[in-house]
Amino acid sequence: MKRQNRRDFLKAIGSGASLLAVAPAAMASSAAASAHLNNDELGMLYDATRCVGCKACMSACKRVNNDDGNLECDKAKFDPDGIWDTPDDLTGNNRTIIKLYKEENKPWSYVKYSCMHCQNPACVSVCPVAALTKDKVTGIVDYNKDVCIGCRYCQVACPFNIPKFQWDRAMPRIVKCNLCKSTFLKEKGTTACADACPNKAILFGRRKDLLEEAGSRLQQNPGKYIQKIYGEKEVGGVNHLYLAGVPFAKLGLPVLPEKAPPEFSEKIHHTIYKGFIAPIALYTVLCLIALRNLKKHEPALKPESAEGK
Amino acid sequence: MHHDDFQKHEGRIFTKSFFALLALVLIGVYFVGLRCVRGIGAVSNMSDGFPWGIWLTYDVATGTAIACGGYAVAILVYIRHHMHYHSLIRSCILTSMFGYGLAGLSVMVDLGRPWNVYNFFVPSQWQFNSVLFEVALCVMAYTVVLVIEFLPAILYSIETSEWRRLRQFVDGLHPVLAPDREKLLSGIEKVRSTAGWLRPKLDRILIFFIVLGIALPTMHQSALGSMLLIAATKLNPLWHTGFLPLLFLINCIYIGYSMVILESLISSFAFRRPYETKELSGLAGIIPWLTVIWLSIVLGDLAWRHQLGAAVRFDFYSCFFLVEFALVAIGSIILFRGNNRNSPRWIFVSAVLIVLGGGLYRFNVYLIGYNPGPGWQYFPSLAELMITVSIIAFEILGYQLLVKLVPVLPKLHLHGHGKPQEKVHDQNRNEIKPREAVAG
Repeated sequence: MKRQNRRDFLKAIGSGASLLAVAPAAMASSAAASAHLNNDELGMLYDATRCVGCKACMSACKRVNNDDGNLECDKAKFDPDGIWDTPDDLTGNNRTIIKLYKEENKPWSYVKYSCMHCQNPACVSVCPVAALTKDKVTGIVDYNKDVCIGCRYCQVACPFNIPKFQWDRAMPRIVKCNLCKSTFLKEKGTTACADACPNKAILFGRRKDLLEEAGSRLQQNPGKYIQKIYGEKEVGGVNHLYLAGVPFAKLGLPVLPEKAPPEFSEKIHHTIYKGFIAPIALYTVLCLIALRNLKKHEPALKPESAEGK
Repeated sequence: MHHDDFQKHEGRIFTKSFFALLALVLIGVYFVGLRCVRGIGAVSNMSDGFPWGIWLTYDVATGTAIACGGYAVAILVYIRHHMHYHSLIRSCILTSMFGYGLAGLSVMVDLGRPWNVYNFFVPSQWQFNSVLFEVALCVMAYTVVLVIEFLPAILYSIETSEWRRLRQFVDGLHPVLAPDREKLLSGIEKVRSTAGWLRPKLDRILIFFIVLGIALPTMHQSALGSMLLIAATKLNPLWHTGFLPLLFLINCIYIGYSMVILESLISSFAFRRPYETKELSGLAGIIPWLTVIWLSIVLGDLAWRHQLGAAVRFDFYSCFFLVEFALVAIGSIILFRGNNRNSPRWIFVSAVLIVLGGGLYRFNVYLIGYNPGPGWQYFPSLAELMITVSIIAFEILGYQLLVKLVPVLPKLHLHGHGKPQEKVHDQNRNEIKPREAVAG
């Protein structure tokens, strides 16, 4: 009885055997995989030491992208009419936000959040209907509401928690920065926030120029900065780079591995489904077994003889 | 399909539990209406940190595993060729059909922009990198396959039914409203002959759908595990591993067998039928082998990734991991003893433990072990829970209804081994097959 049972489940999970082989293979080769960076893509450099927290970028972003993003005001409790816009985080109503980090007896620091425009974005990798796309030339990660089904897998996947969902709408959208792709960038050649910044804390440009600029700032003022360009290597490199005088983790920028999340997941998924060969093979083999069983035991289909077996 | 193996359950349709379940369903309908008008945030506690709540975790990730009975028994019957489990298969397929259909329904409640779902069928939008794309297509296809697998039972009932209820209804109508009697009878006859024409044709090619019904769950159940591979920085290392797809696949098979045991015992108890002990103890003998493999992969993987220490740290995550592990392990240990496998009580207890443990594993991966960062919390709201409860209620309601309308449950004479059951069998035959009365 026992032996038969073991055969039972071996056959049952035989189809999953390929998975067993795949998982360690993907893990082992993950270290070798290195993303080829495209430093010609567009991005921004935010220098927290230069930011004065005026939030001109926030209001410029909302003014420019209000219609494009279907944004509204985040109402405060004292303000039922919605005259004030008082977001307390990135929400379904704003694509960027400035926050102030305060620690006693230490220098304070502002920080700006918005989409990081990853070189290998997890949100684009997981979107089942390609509503999120990465432009091959500009590197802009954009969102198409006309395709999006609202599954929110992008929110699960994003290591920075950037995409936001309009929870209070009957026809909700995903909200995230697209470097003013269809608004300011098209007209003026830069982003609204970089254009509005009075203290040049936000630079817009190609990734290689931004990296160069950030590097020279680190060199010229070594005491002022944490000696690191955040975003240079995180999750395979992102196009929205940061400089700061306060440890990045304290500013809410998570400590992340250098490997892009999609490298791991896509490797396993693609190995299983490469060319759809494995599923077709599985189906064919199962069909053959089932047909043979049916033929061989045609009389056994009668319950009595099945019992006797 | 061999219709002699199955019979209808004779009983009243409008029972007390029918109305209780209906009430729960209506409450859910109200909240779904609210969600459509005022957004998902109005009924749920989901947030940008926890974009997937109980609807996805229970209704889809766990619900489809619970509905894997049809898959698990189909492997046994058609691939392993244990025909004596064949009598279980129709009720398994029925519950699978409900489980998957309702998972699909709750996805439509959960999706923010469901009107765009047609994009799954637009080739230019296909996204082969996305695990969800694969899950969605496989689940949709499998739901269709389940309906096709169940179709013979429905066609058989159409063919053999007397249409007494319909005729009573028509007779009760006002003469002005009532359609011509002759026309009605010939209409019924036409439907019935179509069903009779279709059924043997379907029977001939049914095996290809049945095999599809084995291949598709293998694909999407493993893919349900792959879904969280991307959340490398958010899912706790106790659960985030490259083995997620394999663990989910084995997990759904042993949950499937355990659910078959539970469904069979519960429906035997509720409908006052004898327990199908022989088949169930056979299933109970398979489960512990699967769980032992599963538990060893979990342990081996943790050891390999140097996470065993984290597993026994007794913090929040470690506790949930240990509970999940212990439930599955204790359930399996019970089943390793041959005597326990022949006792409906012990089988029931261990099946409950294993379903709870296996289900908790899925909760751990999708919700409990998921940490998007500081400041985010999630616990489902009442309305959110009620929508899930009403979906479960709808499932039970549909099952109760269909076993009384269509021959689904195993025919009693298959289990008694002894002769006395023969009489019951004959009576049932007479009840199901009064064809001449209508034809005349």
